[in-house]
Amino acid sequence: MPDPVKVTIDGAEHEVPGGSLLIQAAQDTGTYIPRFCWHPRMKPVGMCRMCLVEVDTGRGPLLTTSCTMPCTDGMVVSTKSETVKKAQEGVLEFLLINHPLDCPVCDRGGECPLQDQTMAYGPGESRFVEEKRHFEKPIDISELVLLDRERCILCARCTRFSDEISGDPLIEFQDRGNYTQVLTFPDEPFRSYFSGNTVQICPVGALTARPYRFRARPWDLEAVESTCPHCSVGCRISVQSSQNQVLRFLGVDNEPTNQGWLCDKGRFGFEYIGSPERLTVPLVRGEDGEFEETTWNGALTVVSQWLGDIIAEHGPDGVAGLGGARGTNEDAYAFGKLLRAVIGTNHLDAQLDDGLNPQFLSAVTPRASIPDLDSAGTILVWGPDLKEELPVLYLRVRQAAQEGANLIIIHPRHTGLHDVASHTASYVPGRGPEALAALRAGSDEMAEARRLLMSEGPVVGLIGRTGYTEDPMLAEAVAAFVRDLPQASIMPLARRSNVFGALDMGLAPSLLPGRAAFASPEARSALAAEWATPIPESTGRDAAGIISGLTAGQIHGLLLFGADPVRDFPDQAAARAALEQANLVVAVDQFLTDSSRLADVVLPAEGFTETDGTVTNLEGRVQKVARLVAGPGQSRPPWSIFEDIAVSLGSSLGAVSAEAIQKEIAEVVPAYRGLTWEQLEWGPGREGVVIPTSAGEQPLRYVPVDIGVPAQTARLALHSARTLYDDGVHVRFSLSLARLAPGAYAFVNPADGARLGIADGALVRVTGAAGSADLEVRHDPTLAAGAVYVPFNQEDGGGIGDALEVKLEVLS
Amino acid sequence: MKILTTRMEAHPSDSHTMERYLATDGYVAARTALTSMTPAAVHEEVKASNLRGRGGAGFPCGVKWGFLPPDTRPRYLVVNGDESEPGTFKDRQLLERDPHQLIEGIIIAAYAIDCHRAFIYIRGEYPKPARRVEQALAEAYAAGYLGRDIFGSGFDLELTLHLGAGAYICGEETALLNSLEGKRGEPRIKPPFPAVEGLYGKPTIVNNVETLSNMPWIVTNGGAAYAALGPEGSAGTRLFSLSGHVRKPGNYEIVMGMTFGEFIEQHGGGVREGREVKCFIPGGASAPWFTGDQLDIPITIDDVGKAGSMLGSGAIVVMDETTNVVAAAHSIVSFFAHESCGQCTPCREGTSWLEMVLARILRGEGRAVDLDLLLDVSDNIAPGLGWPPKMTTICPLGPSAVSPVTSILRHFRDEVAAMIPAEVPVA
Repeated sequence: MPDPVKVTIDGAEHEVPGGSLLIQAAQDTGTYIPRFCWHPRMKPVGMCRMCLVEVDTGRGPLLTTSCTMPCTDGMVVSTKSETVKKAQEGVLEFLLINHPLDCPVCDRGGECPLQDQTMAYGPGESRFVEEKRHFEKPIDISELVLLDRERCILCARCTRFSDEISGDPLIEFQDRGNYTQVLTFPDEPFRSYFSGNTVQICPVGALTARPYRFRARPWDLEAVESTCPHCSVGCRISVQSSQNQVLRFLGVDNEPTNQGWLCDKGRFGFEYIGSPERLTVPLVRGEDGEFEETTWNGALTVVSQWLGDIIAEHGPDGVAGLGGARGTNEDAYAFGKLLRAVIGTNHLDAQLDDGLNPQFLSAVTPRASIPDLDSAGTILVWGPDLKEELPVLYLRVRQAAQEGANLIIIHPRHTGLHDVASHTASYVPGRGPEALAALRAGSDEMAEARRLLMSEGPVVGLIGRTGYTEDPMLAEAVAAFVRDLPQASIMPLARRSNVFGALDMGLAPSLLPGRAAFASPEARSALAAEWATPIPESTGRDAAGIISGLTAGQIHGLLLFGADPVRDFPDQAAARAALEQANLVVAVDQFLTDSSRLADVVLPAEGFTETDGTVTNLEGRVQKVARLVAGPGQSRPPWSIFEDIAVSLGSSLGAVSAEAIQKEIAEVVPAYRGLTWEQLEWGPGREGVVIPTSAGEQPLRYVPVDIGVPAQTARLALHSARTLYDDGVHVRFSLSLARLAPGAYAFVNPADGARLGIADGALVRVTGAAGSADLEVRHDPTLAAGAVYVPFNQEDGGGIGDALEVKLEVLS
Repeated sequence: MKILTTRMEAHPSDSHTMERYLATDGYVAARTALTSMTPAAVHEEVKASNLRGRGGAGFPCGVKWGFLPPDTRPRYLVVNGDESEPGTFKDRQLLERDPHQLIEGIIIAAYAIDCHRAFIYIRGEYPKPARRVEQALAEAYAAGYLGRDIFGSGFDLELTLHLGAGAYICGEETALLNSLEGKRGEPRIKPPFPAVEGLYGKPTIVNNVETLSNMPWIVTNGGAAYAALGPEGSAGTRLFSLSGHVRKPGNYEIVMGMTFGEFIEQHGGGVREGREVKCFIPGGASAPWFTGDQLDIPITIDDVGKAGSMLGSGAIVVMDETTNVVAAAHSIVSFFAHESCGQCTPCREGTSWLEMVLARILRGEGRAVDLDLLLDVSDNIAPGLGWPPKMTTICPLGPSAVSPVTSILRHFRDEVAAMIPAEVPVA
């Protein structure tokens, strides 16, 4: 904190941080200075001139832009003098001379900074009688964003955002003077994962987003604050609706998480909520094998009978549960309680064999928070491409790197952060242990990385799985290395929005609620006492074990909660076979997915924006999600569906509301003890509550450093990873996003292309252990030689499986 | 007394060549400075010369050099050859006719400020000057006057030529630096000033072509000798571009101190066809105008400043009694509106608004309210309409467009009003 200085603003003396920008200092002490170009999260440029005030630093009052003026001791500021008022009126009149007054048909009308500040500070009327400047009315600058250059006041917020913050400067000023305009470059659309932020920060209606255009007037919107449901960063958002239809998500500035930004998947991925494809009534598979609509009573009767039969014949171990990483903590807790306390099975997993050791994700210490990145000396990213999987975390790392943190990235190909990295290394999938050994030893290309990690702390390690063919133990080995570095902390990376919450609620065979080890008899008996029912003693199966158990006839009934293993399990064919083999599959879901299509009973669930609850992000930060609209048809909150299943089985979870379940969690779940619903309400200054990792409860399992170097593969090594836009239901049924999925290609290093005679653009058949896919080849010089990268979550991309070795045959 | 144009006048056919330059004491001053003077001593001579910048602002050159933070390296020297002010064409002559004089000046200046990387930025519309400088650079490198260990002194200097892409604003020093870095030519917010944070964020001195062309003479003859030329505050000789309704337009190097009237008569041959001077611009298109009654103002930086204008870039534009002042003002305002970088609101919107109103008056569609409207729009760009101007803008380009507007409304308001048709009452 810089030394405070005394400044006088409109006659009142204030103490403010020395060097802070006058516009901010004034606002913090109660004086709002109007502005257009200034944005607290971007560098000041002083372009719009709206924030002109008179500043006297001892040489007489001088008109100065308060957004570029650092506060110094003794400064005397006037924000309301005649001179200032004249200047502000002048600027507003200038801004309006070429601005079309089409407010009645402009989406921004009603929440427009230009409109508002004209009312507050403007001259009242314009003296401009000439012809206004004309441009072609809105032009598409991307699939999502439209630009109306006539409305643009050239504040450069959008161009600066894409340059400074998101690092993809695809929009820029062109021409000059009165013909200055924001435009994209020829043949290069504004195809940014973060384009929606420019729409939100545009101070006029120049940038509009297709999903919201002409859908509502701001004064008709209802809004509630919530937490974005698309990944585990947990961005704070405002959900806005009209007439029971969700119409818009806006980013809300939460200092520790998103600082106001959202990725486009988060921002526009709300359209699925109102999709006509949503499930509205329970479905039961009829005699003819087709789904038939039924009543809740009818569906629950089927479920209880079949489940009862399986339990009677095979015992509770004949039943398993998958999913829970996409709902709330309350849903996950109820799901776990249903499986363990009512059914009595320990086969349950929130991850789908695509994640990491639940104990690592839940309890690794010392755990990093997102703000730790801001003060990090060196950041190591060894995990997924953050831009594709955790986009707003990518923004934060990018910002930290630009502000001077050393950034080390180790990944089989270039990620979105490579351009700001101080050191990068790549390796062929499967050879991660060698790369780690090189990093430990500081040999060859890792020497500089090691030096930075050893000497320029604090170190924050962002550690996850680079792809599905990689041994998940590698991440733990990396973590074991990082946590021994001086001043190091670790942020474990997993993607699904509430996977950390689900694990905290015990949705893994090795965990009990509250980061307690299932293996601990004390933890088991404590929980059994709380639940007043015995906890199954036998070791449970994780997702891979459940899938193989179903196929082998050891498990007969499967409860799916918002999980789509047929699409998400790395070996999709195995998951499909398992579901086809099962006696009973009950799916609690919002859509008919590839998996729920194979179910015997499908129960329509309410989801995000339709239920209240809490979620936990990758820092362990618990935040609220809120209900704003009613779910479609007869859909119901997942926790109440689980309660009804429990009741139909002659038991009860005691769940009467999300709030009541949260209260039970705060009593029963050790780590969440004492957390209150009120404490989590959003409001000014509220940031959610971070659940501390206490080393005593569940120490990270130590992993031997040498996890074994795999044999050099004779064929190419598959790199199987995710892209942001995919063909999952949330994107597929958000129509604006649906067409953005890039599709699958086989990326190969040009050197391998030359060696193997695989030309750029050739059609190849990629065959792995689980299956094959015919894909177009793209040469990618950033990919490690010896590897082939196939995006997993694209149409045709997932069928190859997660075995390392693949074969490429040229088809044409 | 002439300094800058001596060689080109004596040897008009080959003053730009290395051969002629060496034959006329070329590179002697630089050799002297580098081999027998300390950088501080050179800096002292420049300070003593009282040489003020010839680009427009007239800031004392030696003082400017002194603003460099003492310990930060690298430092850069950037030569502003983006001569774009309408009516100004003096640097063109220096670049085209005596490029080695400039290069030698750059070597001396770079040595004085301990800089090893310098750039010459020449406007893109100057192909011939650029070719001449390019050739001179090649000659200087070949002779060992640029590059490593110049004159065996151990001093290194790399000098790079860069051509602009056609924007007036790149003559503004911070816009020039942006342009040189490959960015849009937009002025930066000051402070920080270039001497502290300039090219690529490093301390940078930006000097005009004419300013640096004086260096060899100052080193050879001493700063005191330079300071002794001309009146106090306007030391040395200066190259003025005289244009407009005079018989002999052109560049004239003079010792400052004579009046505008004397200069127009003695050098320009008087006004064409013996007419009277209606008004004149004393220092480039940005400067407020003087009228024929003000011809007795001495040509010094301070006298012109006191009278409410500036010597600026040294462009004197004479308008005779036949001039339509609205058309003249419109022409200048159009230029500035066209050249506004578009970055800040008052300049981007205000200059083109002024242009539109003037154009409407010229079309005979003016309204009585337009006169005060022009002044008030001007006031919203340059509050108070004083000189030097206050600004609501980032850089002085906006206020530059105000100068002709306030000039005609201050001196010729009746004439402008006469162009407004009588209002037809609405039936």
